[in-house]
Amino acid sequence: MNNTPMTIIDAHEGLLQKRFSSRELVQGCLDRIAQANGKIHAFLEVFEDDALAMANAADRSIARGEELPLLAGIPIAMKDNVLIQGKKASAASKILEPYSASYDAFVTTKLRQAGAVFIGRTNMDEFAMGSSTENSAYGPTRNPWNTEKVPGGSSGGSAAAVASEMALAALGSDTGGSVRQPAALCGIVGLKPTYGRVSRSGLMAMASSFDQIGPLATTVADAKILFDAIAGKDEKDATTMEPPTSFSPLHRRGESKRGDPLSGLRIGVPKEYFIAGMDPGVEQAVRSAIDVFRKLGATITDVSLPHTDYGLAVYYVAQPAEVSANLARYDGIRYGARQAGKKLQDVYVESRGKGIGPEARRRIMLGTYVLSSGYYDAYYRKALQMRTLVRHDFDRVFESVDILLTPTSPSVAWNIGEKFSDPLTMYLSDIFTVSANVAGVPGISVPCGFSDGLPVGLQLMARSFGEETLFAAAGEYEKATEWHTKHPPHSP
Amino acid sequence: MKLTIEEIEHLARLANLGLAAQEKELYREQISSVLEYVAKLGEVDTSGVEPTAQVTGLVNVSREDVVHGSDPGTRDLLLNNMPERNGDLLKVPAVL
Repeated sequence: MNNTPMTIIDAHEGLLQKRFSSRELVQGCLDRIAQANGKIHAFLEVFEDDALAMANAADRSIARGEELPLLAGIPIAMKDNVLIQGKKASAASKILEPYSASYDAFVTTKLRQAGAVFIGRTNMDEFAMGSSTENSAYGPTRNPWNTEKVPGGSSGGSAAAVASEMALAALGSDTGGSVRQPAALCGIVGLKPTYGRVSRSGLMAMASSFDQIGPLATTVADAKILFDAIAGKDEKDATTMEPPTSFSPLHRRGESKRGDPLSGLRIGVPKEYFIAGMDPGVEQAVRSAIDVFRKLGATITDVSLPHTDYGLAVYYVAQPAEVSANLARYDGIRYGARQAGKKLQDVYVESRGKGIGPEARRRIMLGTYVLSSGYYDAYYRKALQMRTLVRHDFDRVFESVDILLTPTSPSVAWNIGEKFSDPLTMYLSDIFTVSANVAGVPGISVPCGFSDGLPVGLQLMARSFGEETLFAAAGEYEKATEWHTKHPPHSP
Repeated sequence: MKLTIEEIEHLARLANLGLAAQEKELYREQISSVLEYVAKLGEVDTSGVEPTAQVTGLVNVSREDVVHGSDPGTRDLLLNNMPERNGDLLKVPAVL
């Protein structure tokens, strides 16, 4: 695994042609982890023995000449908030330090069925709250491109693992940008599916009306492979659905000219996403990408999403409200770390006070406030009304364009510690990603260049259930460029 | 919209969150600054706009009310997570 990072597709072909075994593939990742994880800290735990056992099972299947699913024998990293039965899962929190999952997440079951190998659980911001992975109770993860910098968050461990080739791909979770933003900061592909496309059963809930599990990978095709494997209606998650039958996936209008791969595709560039205060290097890389799309035959139009400015405010009222409800279960009673107390109340207060970190506590209190009597209408109900308006912006704009193109993050990776002391500054780094969660639409980040030696990500968004349009557009962009072949130097 | 220390303590009580004395002022600053930021939602007239609780539009997704039970392996993993136990019973401080 030296030059271009190995893709799932490459690995699958190699396994089929018996150029190498799954065991060798997995051992290669384990060696890479042994070499670099001490510095990068992408993994909280490496499932060494189990991973090799899963690899052996895949190799036996290959030897028997059985039909091999695309993900069979492929090492995948799993974010620490996705349950794998029998394995520890802590959401990078101290309150869940002793906890072991009693069941598989739906996505875990799907990946098992596909023969994937779970190589380990990755670091994250505690309970998925953060944009830098600095909120982990177990120490930060470092960006493989520059280890003084953050990898982004909250799926920073997953992004760093893929970018530094410790795994061929990974799963993360995205509530306000936590798959797309670290993918952008680490120079890889990250997808947040349409809300409802991937089951949240077995994902530790952060904000239930925003959360989605999504893949991180080195190419668009790999991200699609993972997405196809994990998507689907699940009776254990009542918010899941299959795409409505009336929906046609490759939603393009307009005449298709021969020779232009994306002719007929209408791309909207929302003016509210090109703001003052954005890194000039980021803007430049994204504008160059727009030129590439133009050359590929797409029509580029300026559009407007008038309530963009309010998307972050909607998010930081509604999400903490849901957080305050979802984290109420972590009380030291049935599972997790329990602090002793004379009275029952003391157990709750001490366990939560000692076991839950500052950012999570901050958001619990914020959520408690906006839901409390006297403030509910002014904050929470208001935010939900604004959520309707944000959603309408997207519905309206997708009547005239097929996808939206924006930067993923207003800046490239920043220094560890730089934004940590001011939560609001940290929240502003989500400004381009949150609207997709607020509206429920899918979004993908793909690498589109570098600024000051650090990766820049491009975000494409489509209407609900428009993943195929995203894969098609992002895939053609990838074919026309070489960003996906770049990877950080091997010695961190 | 600056909260008072008493309001922070009240929120912590509502949420059963232990706060160390030295943390209260910091949270007061930080939470107040977020509340100031989100107050911009008040700029938009939303009269007559329906709130969106969830974006799928799904309604009344239900299943048959039938108990399926769990396998012994799952049950053991569940019970092993109990911080203090007495056989299959979870030990907690007295509720009453």
